[in-house]
Amino acid sequence: MTSAARLEFRSRETVRELAQRLESVVAAIDHKPVAVMHVCGSHEQAIAKFGLRSLFPEDLDVIMGPGCPVCVTDVPEVDEAVVLARQGVHIASFGDMLRVPGSVQSLTDAESDGAKIHVIYSPRQAVDIARSLPHEQVVLFASGFETTAVATAALILERALPPNLSILSSHKYIPPVMEIVAEMPATRVEGFLAAGHAATITGWGIFERFVERHQLPVVVAGFEPADIMAGLVELATLVRDRTPRVVNMFPRCVTREGNIPAQQQLWRVFKPTGGRWRGIAHIPNGNLRLRDEWAHVDARRRFEIDLTSLWDYAPPQLAADCICGDVMAGIATPADCRLFGAECVPDKPVGACMVSTEGTCRIWQQYGGPRVVLRTTA
Amino acid sequence: MCLGVPGQIVSIAEDGGEALVEFWGVRRTVRLDIVDEPVAVGDYILNHVGQAIRRIPPESIAETLAMYEELLAADDGDPMRADITGEIAGAGRPA
Repeated sequence: MTSAARLEFRSRETVRELAQRLESVVAAIDHKPVAVMHVCGSHEQAIAKFGLRSLFPEDLDVIMGPGCPVCVTDVPEVDEAVVLARQGVHIASFGDMLRVPGSVQSLTDAESDGAKIHVIYSPRQAVDIARSLPHEQVVLFASGFETTAVATAALILERALPPNLSILSSHKYIPPVMEIVAEMPATRVEGFLAAGHAATITGWGIFERFVERHQLPVVVAGFEPADIMAGLVELATLVRDRTPRVVNMFPRCVTREGNIPAQQQLWRVFKPTGGRWRGIAHIPNGNLRLRDEWAHVDARRRFEIDLTSLWDYAPPQLAADCICGDVMAGIATPADCRLFGAECVPDKPVGACMVSTEGTCRIWQQYGGPRVVLRTTA
Repeated sequence: MCLGVPGQIVSIAEDGGEALVEFWGVRRTVRLDIVDEPVAVGDYILNHVGQAIRRIPPESIAETLAMYEELLAADDGDPMRADITGEIAGAGRPA
C-alpha cells in the first residue's frame, strides 16, 4: 500500500497559504457544512495522495462524483463486450475495464473461460491487434470521457480501419451528469470543481449554461496540489458570495472555446444519447455513440449481441451490497460501505469503484483508507 | 487517465500527422491530429492515449516535468504512477 505522500513539493508553502485562505473563506459562509464536488479521478488521486483533506476546513466536504469513466460504465455495456468475447470475438480494451463486473461475468472471467482479451493503452493499439489477426474479428471496447473519446474519433477519421476491426463505444460525456447530480433530491453539492484536461478540449464556456440553469458555481482547476487548493478557494468564495459563475483557474491550459478542431472531430464521429450510468441514473445525452455515418465500424451493428445468452449463469451474490452508485453520486463515501476493505479490495474487487485506478474506493484503499484520507487534523 | 504525460518532440513525420516524442529516455510515436497549437521539434506536448492533446507553454515545462517526476517516483502500486506509465505505454512503438 502506498502511504499518503508528504507534500515535499516546491508548492508546499503556497499550499499552506491557500489552506489558510480556504479556512477563512469557509468560516464566512453562513451555513455548515459546505459541500462541493469534483468529477475527476485524477483530482481524487492528488487529494488522497498528498493528504489534502487534512488541510481542508472541517466544515468543507470535497466529494468525488462520477469522475471515473470505467466505474460508470453500466452492467449491460460490460455484458455486450462479454457476449461478444464469448462468441469468439477478440476484445481490446483498457486494463481497468477487464475486471469491471457485468451482470454475471467480467471480461477477465470470460478470459478464464477461453475468451480472447487484449489489454491496450490507447485506441490505436487495437488497429495493430486487428492487423496482426487478419482472419479474426477484433472489437475495440472503448471507454473514457470526452478527452479519451476524442482519440477514438481521431482514429476513425484518420483513415479506414482494418476491415476486421469495429468499435463498441461506452464513451461518456461529463457535462450532462453534472446536471443530474445537481438535481438529485439528496444532493448537498453547492459547486463543482471541473477537470482541467477535459476542459482543455471542451473549453470552459461549456459550463456557462449549467451555471445559469442551476445557479451553482463551476471552477476549472488543474491537478497539482496548489491548483486544487486554489480552485477550492475560488469555489468557496463563489459559494460564500452567492455569485454563481464559471471561473477558469487553469488559464495556462484552458480557454473559453477549448480545442475546436478536437471538438469537431468528436462530434463528427459521436452523437450524445441517453443511457444509464452504473448505479447513478439515466443520463440524457451522457453516452457517446457512433453516428449513422460510421455504422460500418459500429460493433453494435456488425454483430448480433444477444444479452439473454448470459441468463443461464447465476449472478454473483456480493454485488447487491455494493454502494458504488451512491459513492459516485456523492451521497455516500467508501467509509459507509460494509464491503469496503473487507470483501472488496483492489486484488478482489466487488464493485467498479474498487477496480479502476480512478475509482474512489480504489484510491482511498490505496492511500491508507478512510481514516487517513478523511482525517481532519494533520 | 485525465493526467496525460508530457514529452518532448524529437522529430515530426513529413505529413505532419505524427511525432516521435521522448518521455524520460523512452521514444514513442504520438499522433498530432487534435493538438491545440502548431508544434515543432523541441516543443513539449501532453500525450493522452496516443494523441497530443495540447502543446505545453514553454514557461510551464519545468514545473510540469517536476510534478510528473515526483509522481513517477512513487512505488509500483501507486494509482497516479500507474496512470502515467500507462499513458507512456499508450503512445506508439516507432517502426
